[in-house]
Amino acid sequence: MELLTILVIAAVASGISLFPLGRKLAPAVTVLGSLAILILSVKTAFQTLSGLEVTAVQDWVSCDSFGALILLLVAFVGFAAAVFSWGYIEKTVGPREEGRIQRYYSRFNLFLLSMLAVPIFSQVALVWIAIELTTLMSVFLVSFESTPEALEAAWKYVVLTCMGAAIALLGILILYWGMSVVSREPFTWAGLVAAAPLMSPVILSTAFFFILIGYGTKVGLVPMHTWLPDAHSQAPSPVCALLSGVETTTVLYAIMRMIPMFQGAQASYASLWFIILGMLSVGVAAFLLIQAKDYKRLFAFSTVEHMGIILVAAGLGGYGALFGATLQMVSHAVTKSLCFFSAGATLLATGSRDISSVRGLIRTSPSAGVFLMIGGLGIAGAPPFAVFLSEFAILKAGIDKGHYVLTAFLAIFIVVAFFGIMYQINRMVFGKPSMSVKVSLPAACIATLALMALPAVLLGFYIPEPLQSLLQLAASSLGR
Amino acid sequence: MPDPNTILSTVSMLNALAGGLFLLTAFSLVAIRQVLTCLRVYIFQSVLLALSALFLGYQYASIHLLVVAAITLAIKSLLIPWLLRRTVSQEIYARREISQVLNIPASLLIAVAIAIFSYFIATPLLSAVGGTFEKINLPIGMAGLFLGAYTITVRREAVPQLIGILAMENGAFFAGISIAPGLPLIAELAAAFDVLIIALVMGLLTRKIHERVGTTAVGDMTALREE
Repeated sequence: MELLTILVIAAVASGISLFPLGRKLAPAVTVLGSLAILILSVKTAFQTLSGLEVTAVQDWVSCDSFGALILLLVAFVGFAAAVFSWGYIEKTVGPREEGRIQRYYSRFNLFLLSMLAVPIFSQVALVWIAIELTTLMSVFLVSFESTPEALEAAWKYVVLTCMGAAIALLGILILYWGMSVVSREPFTWAGLVAAAPLMSPVILSTAFFFILIGYGTKVGLVPMHTWLPDAHSQAPSPVCALLSGVETTTVLYAIMRMIPMFQGAQASYASLWFIILGMLSVGVAAFLLIQAKDYKRLFAFSTVEHMGIILVAAGLGGYGALFGATLQMVSHAVTKSLCFFSAGATLLATGSRDISSVRGLIRTSPSAGVFLMIGGLGIAGAPPFAVFLSEFAILKAGIDKGHYVLTAFLAIFIVVAFFGIMYQINRMVFGKPSMSVKVSLPAACIATLALMALPAVLLGFYIPEPLQSLLQLAASSLGR
Repeated sequence: MPDPNTILSTVSMLNALAGGLFLLTAFSLVAIRQVLTCLRVYIFQSVLLALSALFLGYQYASIHLLVVAAITLAIKSLLIPWLLRRTVSQEIYARREISQVLNIPASLLIAVAIAIFSYFIATPLLSAVGGTFEKINLPIGMAGLFLGAYTITVRREAVPQLIGILAMENGAFFAGISIAPGLPLIAELAAAFDVLIIALVMGLLTRKIHERVGTTAVGDMTALREE
């Protein structure tokens, strides 16, 4: 029942946010709603620890351990983004624009609803619709600031991801075709895994390719990534945290759901494409990072890089690499949202998105400076942060499997990205301040930064027992 | 009682005719240079999609496909054009030629190559499983999908790009009605609703771009790019 309640809460919160009752109602409802969703998601995750699915509607709405992991991530980052919005939107939206605030929160809740629906739905056609809705519900959040750049970014975002969605739709229909010929299983993830060995290999691999390209556009895999740095840099910062931290992850989840369908001789076909697209994304993003002049774009390119790393890990296969992939999904989601929250704090403090015009942030706004440094170190993968642990697990799995050249290139790209990120962040945080006034940030923003920094650091050396078992269950459910 | 085989061949011939015309509309979307005509071609394409669903529904005696035909007709050939006329009327009735990246003969030549490519992809699938209707609908639907994507890349303006997206969805569904006729109705309904939201969201965004930027030549908006 929790699963349906989660969806209803988000829908109701979206409706209430529109009531024209001042500036405070919508943010309050959104924070409370997302807190309730977070609590219910934690409860769902605990229920899946037994190894069983939590089912609300048989064959349509259910959630296993991998789904619960993604649900938990979306709910957690969603709650943090709601709290951050409280401070950020209040400060950036003018005094007589209540309507804009209400519309922002209404769309925010709808966007959260669509993302929560992706892991909650188990019927594959409904998952497609949920993924398509994540785009459509976030377009007006990307264009929220209504500048020509934001509108351009929103247009590119909607056109490219809808193109991808249409291609993925044909892939899903082909998958249904292949399955309906050989089996009477319901069209769910579990049903597909059961029917896959009977399906015609050419149909399975063609469907896979269409879905990989289609959903891959939305994940931002190179060469379909061109919209991502635009959309992820132009949206308001709390929305960027959702877009970069969890929206990409939920779509990648749908791609990774296809891994167990490939067994035996077919397995190498899926792995090969995962590794090709993954390595291409990591490599291209690592070098594009270096030339970024806008710090939000810098983090956006880092998202492309991390999606590539997870895909390579998924392609390597085997329990070790898959565990690394699920761990990387968690560490990337929390660390990247921390980065975008601190980028938002930096923008509030300095008013500029340019790396070159922000200097000595640690003096202008100590809290923004400290958390930007933590976020930068965390996402670049410095020890002892969470991303370091997951990247290390993936590299180790690569060596264990004997892919020495591949692992070496992956390590080189990660190091290039590390220096690319740290060089820019260092210049921003230290040095001679570009502004002499001290700026104080809203309390809600600082609270969010602290809330996100905690797991970004802590998960690097301590993973709580329940989370560890959830990750293990998710990784072994993907195994073949 | 007429002979069932005659009916099958008549229905499949009618379906093949709808398929041929569908492919033709996909080509016209690449070449036509008036926004209003593009929209009319899209409406005609949606009617052909509904007709094909009708023929298949008759052949398989499936109420389900008849419902799909009705939904398609209602949403894609009535509601969406009405919606677009409401939200972006200035764009649709503008009597000017849409600028294109490539000239029309070159575009059409590439379009032909894309259509052949779709047959190239669809043939191995059809030899694995596939009956009379799949042989028509799958490759043509796939060509519709790819040609829609190609239309988007050669157009520089917002409304033709939007029509390209809608044409891509039409292509996917044209293949879908033959290969996945048993897809649960609730999923079909949700997908049709989804297309409606695409048209609404992109229409409103186009209007906003027109208000703020003064033009909808989205291809010329290049503030965001790598140096």
